[in-house]
Amino acid sequence: MTKHTISVLVADQPGVLQRVCGLFGRRGYNIDSISVGRSESEGCSRIILVTSCEERIADQICQQLNKLIDVIQVKLLSKKPLLTRELMLIKCHAAAGARQEILGLADTFRCSVIDVGAETMTIQVVGDREKNTAFLQILRPFGIVEVTGTGVTAVNRG
Amino acid sequence: MVSMSTKDKLRDPGFRRELMQQDRITGSEILLRMLLLEGVECVFGYPGGALLYIYDAMHGNEHFKHLLARHEQGAIHAADGYARATGRTGVCIATSGPGATNLVTGIATACMDSVPLVVITGNVATSLIGTDAFQEADIVGITQPVTKHSYLVQRVEDLAVTIRQAFRIANEGRKGPVLIDIPKDVSAASTTFIYPEIEAVEDAAELGASQEAAAAELADMIRAAEKPVILAGGGVIHSEAAEVMRNFAEKLNLPVTTTLMGLGSIPGGHPLSLGMPGMHGTYTANQALINCDLLISCGARFDDRVTMRLDGFARGARIVHIDIDEAEIGKLVRADLAVKGDVKAVLERALRIAEPIEPRPWNSQIASWKQAVPLRYTASEKELKPQYVIEMISRTTRGQAIVTTDVGQHQMWTAQFYQFSHPRSLITSGGLGTMGFGFPSAIGAQIGCPDKLVISVNGDGGMQMCVQELAVCAINRIPVKIVIINNQTLGMIKQWQEVIYESRYSHIDLSGSPDFVKLGEAYGVKSLRATTPREAEEAWKEALGTDGPVLIDFHVSRDEYVYPMVPQGQSLEDMILGDEDR
Repeated sequence: MTKHTISVLVADQPGVLQRVCGLFGRRGYNIDSISVGRSESEGCSRIILVTSCEERIADQICQQLNKLIDVIQVKLLSKKPLLTRELMLIKCHAAAGARQEILGLADTFRCSVIDVGAETMTIQVVGDREKNTAFLQILRPFGIVEVTGTGVTAVNRG
Repeated sequence: MVSMSTKDKLRDPGFRRELMQQDRITGSEILLRMLLLEGVECVFGYPGGALLYIYDAMHGNEHFKHLLARHEQGAIHAADGYARATGRTGVCIATSGPGATNLVTGIATACMDSVPLVVITGNVATSLIGTDAFQEADIVGITQPVTKHSYLVQRVEDLAVTIRQAFRIANEGRKGPVLIDIPKDVSAASTTFIYPEIEAVEDAAELGASQEAAAAELADMIRAAEKPVILAGGGVIHSEAAEVMRNFAEKLNLPVTTTLMGLGSIPGGHPLSLGMPGMHGTYTANQALINCDLLISCGARFDDRVTMRLDGFARGARIVHIDIDEAEIGKLVRADLAVKGDVKAVLERALRIAEPIEPRPWNSQIASWKQAVPLRYTASEKELKPQYVIEMISRTTRGQAIVTTDVGQHQMWTAQFYQFSHPRSLITSGGLGTMGFGFPSAIGAQIGCPDKLVISVNGDGGMQMCVQELAVCAINRIPVKIVIINNQTLGMIKQWQEVIYESRYSHIDLSGSPDFVKLGEAYGVKSLRATTPREAEEAWKEALGTDGPVLIDFHVSRDEYVYPMVPQGQSLEDMILGDEDR
């Protein structure tokens, strides 16, 4: 089982996300990650889905998605080299004495600190899943309060 | 009954211009005009609170035909039967909440068998949607897995274009049901009616080039093959490809096995016809699938009832898969040659370039299988055998009738013993296997084909699931011949309980009630009973000689099983022939 990244261009119609997710549910495909956002076309959104399955199933998923009326285009991105990014916000404990160290780590990982509170700091990290996971591990000893991520978004190289 | 004049009227340009006039009208009137402009000659439905504006618009509209069912499930199965019998889009209408949810089985039935339906539901007013209002149900959400597409119309201005798109989607590519949910305030609101223009999509030229190449490859593969066979599915019927497929098969001497949905695509008595394959298929059809070296699937989707255990299926064969739905190709069975496209278009190309081929030794092998192991049953003079009834119906109608079935043993016997000679002559719920489908679908088929003999074959179980539609037959004099193969048992379940569950019969006894003759008469339908072959012949003769609807309750022997049989989970090789003397 390998990870496959699928890009789905959809018309902005009510229920379109439900149609896409419903198809995964009823045909027994899993969703590792899903992100929805804008696209280059007005009136259309792009959904990036990551799923773990055999290649044959990934092709089948694409064909089934293609049959949905509100789906305009489906690409199996992972057939070619691709760039993936995920945005994560990490709120961690940051007592006065720990702040400098956290700032240094954030700098090393090219992350930005976007909020500093009395007891916590919130850091924005953008990268592929490995980098984000690594950074999260580094921060664990300080005490993680809350983590939120966007899910993977992706595009082919070139 | 719908008269010919209605159909002609719908094609009359003057009438169409009249309908297209840019008047300020209500959503309800837009709906009726759009349905007429789509050529809809009859809508099957049942009114309700959320539909009051729409039914009010129907009142006094002399052009718009509506057949009042007695249950929404009856309405949608009738619309489905109409669509399957005619190839046109079936339309049904039901109210919000329970009216809409009563359609779900019918929508799923149509979806599984790729039947073009436009399903209209009323909904509560837009201001009430999401508030758990009286008779509110999220029917768009509920039916999403079983529709090709669905719409909730939020503004009256969107209604006309939505209806036009719905009809296009229902018929384009692989056909299927489309649902339009119309809130009550949208059906009440007024706007200026503008007949919507919509764009066509399919890129025929691009498909044509790939099909040309595929047709050439197919010709090569057939020339190289020693043991080819065609597997014809429902797609052959839907694409009106039966004639070209028969010509293709005859020119190249290709034996043809037809799935349940494909029956009628080649006449049952044709020398190249092998009958149905699979769980209750013929010995010859299954032997052909086991031993072939080239399997040409035309609009079939390798259902588990056809392939049985997939790992052993067509082991030594190269597989050509022609389907309009690309997602079907490679879904269950690998394809050595995948051809996306309308099966008629593909076979026309293949027929044009193919050189004739003489019969192969394989053709003789098949002929000898056919002769050695035909479909059989033990006849009796005292007891009425269900197979005898089907054979009798086939013989007396010379395979020319439209036959609808319900689901179960009688369905398999009909598939086995009725010699279907035309496409669209068998109407049956193949994919979903819906009990209650057989009788109401015949009503729709008869509305669509008023000049044809329509026979509905049912079991005594399924007949009771939509029996209320007898009122529709009686009141509207819809002359369906309603056959009940009455073994007082849920026969197919009994058969499985005997074979697989060591005869532990669990809740399959239906004996004692109802008296179908009294029931039919209570509804005003002429009703007859037969318990011996002789009575059967007489009753059937009388039924065929009667103008209106007739119900015939055939009391058949209770211990008759459908053979051959391949138990679930086994391969086609594991076929049980059923009678000890073989």
